[in-house]
Amino acid sequence: MTTASAPAVPLQGTHQVTHTGVSAAGLAEKISIRNLEFFYGDARALKGIDLSLYANKTTAFIGPSGCGKSTLLRILNRMYDLYPGQRATGQVMFDGDNLLDAGVDINLLRARVGMVFQKPTPFPMSIYENIAFGIRLYERLPKSEIDGRVETALRRAALWEEVKDKLNTSGLGLSGGQQQRLCIARTVAVKPEVILFDEPCSALDPISTARIEELIDELKKDYTIVIVTHNMQQAARVSDFTAFMYLGELIEFGVTEKIFTTPGDKRTQAYITGRFG
Amino acid sequence: MAEARNNVLYASRRLRNTVATSLAYAATAFGLGWLVLILGVLLVNGVGGLSLDVFTQNTPPPGSAGGLLNAIMGSIVMTLLAVVIGTPIGVLAGTYMAEYGRHDKLSMVVRFINDILLSAPSIVIGLFVYEIMVAPMGHFSGYAGAVSLAVIVIPVVVRTTEDMLKLVPDTLREAAASIGLPRSLMIRNIAYRAARAGIVTGILLAIARVSGETAPLLFTALNNQFFSMNMNAPMPSLPVVIFQFALSPYEEWQKLAWTGALLITVTVLALSIIARSLTARKQ
Repeated sequence: MTTASAPAVPLQGTHQVTHTGVSAAGLAEKISIRNLEFFYGDARALKGIDLSLYANKTTAFIGPSGCGKSTLLRILNRMYDLYPGQRATGQVMFDGDNLLDAGVDINLLRARVGMVFQKPTPFPMSIYENIAFGIRLYERLPKSEIDGRVETALRRAALWEEVKDKLNTSGLGLSGGQQQRLCIARTVAVKPEVILFDEPCSALDPISTARIEELIDELKKDYTIVIVTHNMQQAARVSDFTAFMYLGELIEFGVTEKIFTTPGDKRTQAYITGRFG
Repeated sequence: MAEARNNVLYASRRLRNTVATSLAYAATAFGLGWLVLILGVLLVNGVGGLSLDVFTQNTPPPGSAGGLLNAIMGSIVMTLLAVVIGTPIGVLAGTYMAEYGRHDKLSMVVRFINDILLSAPSIVIGLFVYEIMVAPMGHFSGYAGAVSLAVIVIPVVVRTTEDMLKLVPDTLREAAASIGLPRSLMIRNIAYRAARAGIVTGILLAIARVSGETAPLLFTALNNQFFSMNMNAPMPSLPVVIFQFALSPYEEWQKLAWTGALLITVTVLALSIIARSLTARKQ
């Protein structure tokens, strides 16, 4: 992905992260990543990542393809555990526990750290069941209460008005944008604390994209949000903090406004001005 | 100059295209021609013998009229038992290979052996079951027949289950995991649901496959001139009755054999069409 115009700055060692305009005042750390390394087999994909994700804020991961931003995101709910040969070392502290520890109950972790994917992934069942299914997984509730939770989740995802008369039809019958909001509703219904978005709009048209972005802004009040995006305007629009990654390293972390106006690292500047990536 | 050269090139490509297309059409017509002939001969010879008697009377002694009731019932019972035995084993093995052991060596071994079993001559399977069941028990039986058919059902179901589960996108598995769904529940509630039509199709195709099998039944269930629901005794079946009656010198028997052949063919055709429409609807 790097072109001839890639920055001439030599790669710095790990831990040399430029912090731009971050003051910890009034911020609560929700997830704290320390010296995180990640391996696909023998290949090291992440190198010494140190990063804080703040509660009720949206943090965007940006960077050229292959820089490790999706890899980093998928560590936060240990999605990589599904595949053999992938492992992480270091610390990812989440409410006082290192979520990389072998003893962590992965299913409970994933109920607390929800995820929305690049392509909409409704389950092959009705709209209602798509959401009720996740609720019933951890809670035994009477039907009336589940109905309420389903409605609340669909309202939160700004989908209720469009589907309230066809809750028993298949979730696969919805449009792409509606399916993605259904997936957000499904994630919200499980009552997570953190929601990870992995390029949630890359398969959507501009109108659906705008709705999802509004939604992310809305969800921030109750959840800590992390979003991976290739779209820099999107990162600028939805996020409070931005982390720029390059070749498996965190290059710069800072307040989104500052990163996009006065980046502290030449590589960040090169990327956001479109000179590579 | 350049244009002339291109025209020659293009003309020869067109010619080759025409030749290849004609060959493909001819091959298709040749292949389908036999199918139409077989169906035609079956219809001409079999329809005449179709009557209520076929379904209400047992196979007759030589020289008198009768039906195929005992053979039809024997086939249904043994096929059903074969599916009941073979389907769970096949689905579970396919599930292991597609969901749990996708990267394991054991999966590769099982897949390899399964492919061999898939193409094993059915007469060998018949002999095998003869050795392990008929010989020790001392007599032919419906159970032995059902087991030999089950051995044919298993590899078909294993294969389709694995293939269909592998068609379920990983993104769906990840989505299920992302709300904290343990793998066992993901398989039961998401993967099976997404692959249901395909797995059912595989089972139907397995039924179609075994309903015409003759060789394994010859060595296991043998035959029975009388109506018998006793699985522990020799049991009649349509394919074996066809085999026996078609080779006989008696005209009534030969007629029944044609009718039986028509019944099996129509059943297999119907199962295949149902299986097709199931997968078609899913797409």
